Amino acid sequence: MASLHPAASQAQPRRKRMSLAAQRQRLFYWLISPWIFGFLAFVLGPMVFSAYLSLTRWNLLNRPVFIGLGNYQAMFKDPLFWQSLKVTTIYALVSVPLTMAFGLFLAVLLNQRVRGLSMFRTIFYLPSVISGVAVAEVFMWVFNPQFGVLNVFLSYLGIHGPGWISSPTWALPALILMSLFGVGGPMIIFLAGLQNVPPALLEAASLDGASNWRRFWTVVIPLLTPTILFNLVLSIINQFQVFTQAYVMTQGGPLNATLFYVYYLFENAFQYLNFGYAAAMAWILFFIVLGLTMIVLASSGRWVFYQGGE
Amino acid sequence: MRRTGRLSEYVTQAFTYLALLVFSLGMLVPFFWMVSSSLKPNYDVFQFPPVWIPHPLQWGNYPRALTFVPFLRFFINTGIIAGAVLIGTLVSNTLIAYAFARLEAKGRNVLFYLVLSTMMLPYAVTMVPQYAIFSRLHWVNTFSPLIVPSYFGNPFFIFLLRQFFMGIPKEMEDAAALDGAGVFATIWRVILPMSWPAMVTVCIFSIQGTWNDFLGPLLYLNKESLFTVQLGLQYFTGQYTGGWNLLMAASTVILAPILVLFYFGQRLFIRGIVVGGLKE
Repeated sequence: MASLHPAASQAQPRRKRMSLAAQRQRLFYWLISPWIFGFLAFVLGPMVFSAYLSLTRWNLLNRPVFIGLGNYQAMFKDPLFWQSLKVTTIYALVSVPLTMAFGLFLAVLLNQRVRGLSMFRTIFYLPSVISGVAVAEVFMWVFNPQFGVLNVFLSYLGIHGPGWISSPTWALPALILMSLFGVGGPMIIFLAGLQNVPPALLEAASLDGASNWRRFWTVVIPLLTPTILFNLVLSIINQFQVFTQAYVMTQGGPLNATLFYVYYLFENAFQYLNFGYAAAMAWILFFIVLGLTMIVLASSGRWVFYQGGE
Repeated sequence: MRRTGRLSEYVTQAFTYLALLVFSLGMLVPFFWMVSSSLKPNYDVFQFPPVWIPHPLQWGNYPRALTFVPFLRFFINTGIIAGAVLIGTLVSNTLIAYAFARLEAKGRNVLFYLVLSTMMLPYAVTMVPQYAIFSRLHWVNTFSPLIVPSYFGNPFFIFLLRQFFMGIPKEMEDAAALDGAGVFATIWRVILPMSWPAMVTVCIFSIQGTWNDFLGPLLYLNKESLFTVQLGLQYFTGQYTGGWNLLMAASTVILAPILVLFYFGQRLFIRGIVVGGLKE
């Protein structure tokens, strides 16, 4: 408001324009005020609080006891913390590129002007919208060593299937296999990307004598790299949050083979009542995600562009 | 040259359809298995080789599963939460997104980047302190922790609606402004009627989010009478030791609403996802 006063002494029309802009600005802040409040109350406030908690030992009931960097030191020496980081990283680094590659592959197939496009698209897309306990239960039954449909199919091929989620070796691969049912999400985005490739570019490449394969790698893929990079990093961040499968299907086992980061964090907070330790783990997770986000931003010059400017 | 070209085209086509069919079957088998198991008598569930289409179809599994624990209550609870979240989501995100799309203000871009950056923040990062705060407010065993935050904007929906609003010609609003319409009247009369595809998309994703949420209810609801469907299914699994057929019946009933919702909504929101996924 203070900046308005000099204008008030000037000519009438100018004053009116200024105050209109100021009005709009005030309106802007009024309209987004719920978000600002929510950001302070549900994001920033809790994060500051958790930074403090991470320096304490606290069971939620008594007063927090300040222990400095004790939780972070304990974490560094906690084999289960490293196990959870390892499990989650392997899961994210395998399942994300696999799902993306599979999604791109399906999108390319669907982009061949196939008949029944919308039927296939629906079949591939719908499984990616469901999640939660029901999906976990269904896959527990699919992965059942004796009677599950997966091992039944393998037995048709003469393969004696492993114990899947009850085997320390196969539990994580089983969950990665299960994550492939989310392929529909990236597929839809790639399909749209493929349909946006300007036909003129492809024709020009054809006239130059490029084969389909070559056109795909030299024209289509470069145009898609923005999408690929963006989705790759966002999906990795998402995969760092796996919880339900670990809670419902494996309880982190067998032998901690599926001890996902968020599951271990949850255990620390709500089963062992180590709220301080869990808060410290949450901060480490924040830094991991921040690091990944920096990668996106650092490469943003290559992928941020609006067709109509802005 | 021509002929080999045509031949290779046929081969490509054949390969394309073969691959699509094989992968479709792969996607469908777990769900077929679920429905098929849900209709089997108990002695058929553990058969090798498996019975693919049970005979007779044991429809009675469904009522038995749904009454073993009070699933009707769980559906109602989930519906209450989903409805309350939906209202908060629509109101708050429309206003916030409109402000970001249309009103110039100092600091707008910085704030918008802040909104986007919270999209990447995992729930687990704020889960512990939020729980401490909400339990201090005596919100444990109420629906409030699951509902109230939705009244304060959601970064994904803000982004999606902002993108959509920016595509609406400004002239339409100017006309309304000349008629003396205020900002709420403009949103109500001009923006909302033109952005119903985006609104429906937001509704579908909002309902999906509530329906699929497991961790939130797990933290805050620990009385049977308050359970949501996801929590109820987990509870059912712990209580019922009978067999996979009833478990699959309950799972089918819980998955069906979301599948139906997305089946009918997909044309609308596929556009929404694409706007969200490609353009920034």
